[in-house]
Amino acid sequence: MDNAALQGGFIDPARDAARAFRAGMEAMARPGTIQTLNGCTAPAPMSVAAATLLATLCDAETPLHLAGTCDTDGVRDWVRFHLGAPLVGRADAMFAVGDWDALAPLDAYAVGTPDYPDRSATLIVEVAALTNTGATLTGPGIAQTVTLSLPDGLLAARVARYPLGIDFYFTCGDCIAALPRTTKGAR
Amino acid sequence: MSDYNFAYLDEQTKRMIRRAILKGLAIPGYQVPFASREMPMPYGWGTGGVQVSAAVLCPEDTLKVIDQGADDTTNAVSIRRFFERTAQIAVTTATADATVIQTRHRIPEEPLRDGQILVYQVPIPEPLRFLEPRESETRKMHALEEYGLMHVKLYEDISRHGHIATAYAYPVKVADRYVMDPSPIPKFDNPKMEMAAIQLFGAGREQRIYALPPFTRVVSLDFEDHPFVASKADHPCGLCGAQDSYLDEVIVDDAGGRMFVCSDTDYCAGRQVDGHRGSDNKEDAA
Amino acid sequence: MYVAVKGGERAIDNAHAWLAEERRGDLAVPELTTAQIREQMTLAVNRVMAEGSLYDPDLAALAIKQARGDLIEAIFLIRAYRTTLPRFGSSLPVDTGAMACDRRISATFKDLPGGQVLGPTFDYTHRLLDFMLAADGDVPAAPEMPVDPAPVPHVMSFLNSEGLIAQETCDGTPASDLTRAPLELPAARALRLQALTRGDEGFVLGMAYSTQRGYARNHAFVGELRIGTVPVEMEIPELGISIEIGEITLTECETVNQFTGSKTEPAQFTRGYGLVFGQTERKAISMALVDRALRWEELGEDDQGAPAQDAEFVLYHCDNIQATGFLEHIKLPHYVDFQSELELVRKLRRDATGQGAE
Repeated sequence: MDNAALQGGFIDPARDAARAFRAGMEAMARPGTIQTLNGCTAPAPMSVAAATLLATLCDAETPLHLAGTCDTDGVRDWVRFHLGAPLVGRADAMFAVGDWDALAPLDAYAVGTPDYPDRSATLIVEVAALTNTGATLTGPGIAQTVTLSLPDGLLAARVARYPLGIDFYFTCGDCIAALPRTTKGAR
Repeated sequence: MSDYNFAYLDEQTKRMIRRAILKGLAIPGYQVPFASREMPMPYGWGTGGVQVSAAVLCPEDTLKVIDQGADDTTNAVSIRRFFERTAQIAVTTATADATVIQTRHRIPEEPLRDGQILVYQVPIPEPLRFLEPRESETRKMHALEEYGLMHVKLYEDISRHGHIATAYAYPVKVADRYVMDPSPIPKFDNPKMEMAAIQLFGAGREQRIYALPPFTRVVSLDFEDHPFVASKADHPCGLCGAQDSYLDEVIVDDAGGRMFVCSDTDYCAGRQVDGHRGSDNKEDAA
Repeated sequence: MYVAVKGGERAIDNAHAWLAEERRGDLAVPELTTAQIREQMTLAVNRVMAEGSLYDPDLAALAIKQARGDLIEAIFLIRAYRTTLPRFGSSLPVDTGAMACDRRISATFKDLPGGQVLGPTFDYTHRLLDFMLAADGDVPAAPEMPVDPAPVPHVMSFLNSEGLIAQETCDGTPASDLTRAPLELPAARALRLQALTRGDEGFVLGMAYSTQRGYARNHAFVGELRIGTVPVEMEIPELGISIEIGEITLTECETVNQFTGSKTEPAQFTRGYGLVFGQTERKAISMALVDRALRWEELGEDDQGAPAQDAEFVLYHCDNIQATGFLEHIKLPHYVDFQSELELVRKLRRDATGQGAE
């Protein structure tokens, strides 16, 4: 196992994960806002924010799907060592991480069931840039509107009917934003 | 308590609760099942709220804990102490200074803001429970958005009493989809649930977490010809004179004499510091 | 002039100090040791381990001392402690067929391989208070004889060999852990058994008794009751072998229940199963009866609407820590909600008398 896989975990796990969760929770509670999230590093090309979010939420109980450039031996080793999360295909994933082209299309991911809409995947989309420009968003967590740069085709790809649906995080460097299934968007 | 992890819970438990919170925020008003742990205080005494608070607290937080609106009620004291010992966070009685507020049965009078988190202790999370005891049935009702049972109950109240006979834990419809139990807050507090802070609800014994992102639409159930009224006792506070705060009725003598005082002790104390006085609190002229 | 009541913190501290005094009791009386509780109140210790879901007689004894003998309070202490323990892994399933039995009886056969072994039982004592026990005295040594090392086969295996009893099949699905996943209905049998073994003995006893009195028609025979020690083994992947990590006492009860049969299935006996930490007989037998009652659906029987057949009712109400927590929470202040009810009742009465006056 490469040394890089053994490094990069939280320095003070309980306290750092607590701070990291707050950033992740603020992002999900206030869709479109961009939060700072750091504390962990993973082998390239995974962003600091994605690595930290995974370390905050994932463990042996959370099947994880690595997509595209995130699916490297280095990242797999890092996941095995730091998270213990089982690595799976899309259909079984509770979490999935990668850039949009590698994660799309959305058909195979769990969207929840009518009785248990919470049993849906959370997708962590690595993006090249994250800015408050682009799509205009409304919904719970948003006072009036907010704008957020979104990958092309993402809004249109969300076909599941509420309350079913996939929830998204967007990560870039140490920045993170979220798009829960309740958020409506228009370009 | 130094042998325990920060905020008591182990990291795996916190991750499990944190995942449930995030799904709760993504599906406002839907009760997310979670594997509630046995805590050092009894089920029914706030273990759900404590687990949620333990999962969200950071070392930098300032925590306020209230029960019936007061910081000094014994269970609020006990829970605040628990977190002081296990998380070493700062604590306060001032609503404005708190970043995390754990509450039982009240929403503070002072409007909450961006950056604050309100954690509710919930005894029975299921708004339909007393109409239908079976979880297997109520789950289906939520799945199908079949809330007829609730509307019938409210309408029967009106036929029988002329009013909806629910005074607290008054059911609400969230983001036009899920009917939710706001916890046993008086219906007077319902309108406050459209707020700028994050609201998290924890039911430990019943193993459910639910959430409201800021500014989520929360509508108390009613009928066009019988609209919801956030009523309270028709008195001002005897100590600070407030007309707009929820009041406790206090028996002051053997003859049954009563006075009404703000249930929110911090709100009342703050108003008195600002010079407001109620009719039972006027200083006599020398 | 009304002054808001303060001093909650001091009240709590003083209450705890007084509690500690009461717990100790009369200082002229020697203090109880946890070893005494472990040795001489073993059945209480067993109950605390069983319902606390933690096998540790010393900890259970400490919990009983701390709880002043309130067993549900002691179980609570153990449950809360258990939550904080790290988990290294799971043991292999224990083999109760290899049990070194202290007690082993069967109501279904007069005699059988392994024999009827009474063990240290109250069963045939006359329930007459023994005042000799109030005066400490020496206990005469019980008669001894050499132990027969031969394993004692399960009675069920005899019925099995004739095909008379429905086979329990293991489909290999791992059982989920009731303490790590929220209870979901319908609950698989493994989950129901977990809930029953840690459920309140009184509640499970009452439910079992109800099945004997017609609430779910089910005459149960005790096919076997065995109490003794079994080794606990764990696989160590790094070593590539399994090792014995200790030994525990278990009570196992298998009941034989009325035979079912259909046009396609031949008549067979069916089972109920109880397994509990320690020598905890009443609980194990109760558990087996309630287990059988809850199996009505998978055995193709009718739902008679009996409480013991209602999985949701039994599983949601058998946990005494949940039950007592919620029961006792009504002692907490509820004056805010009471106030809103007061206002509502006053309003309704005003409106009613107003209407009457018109």
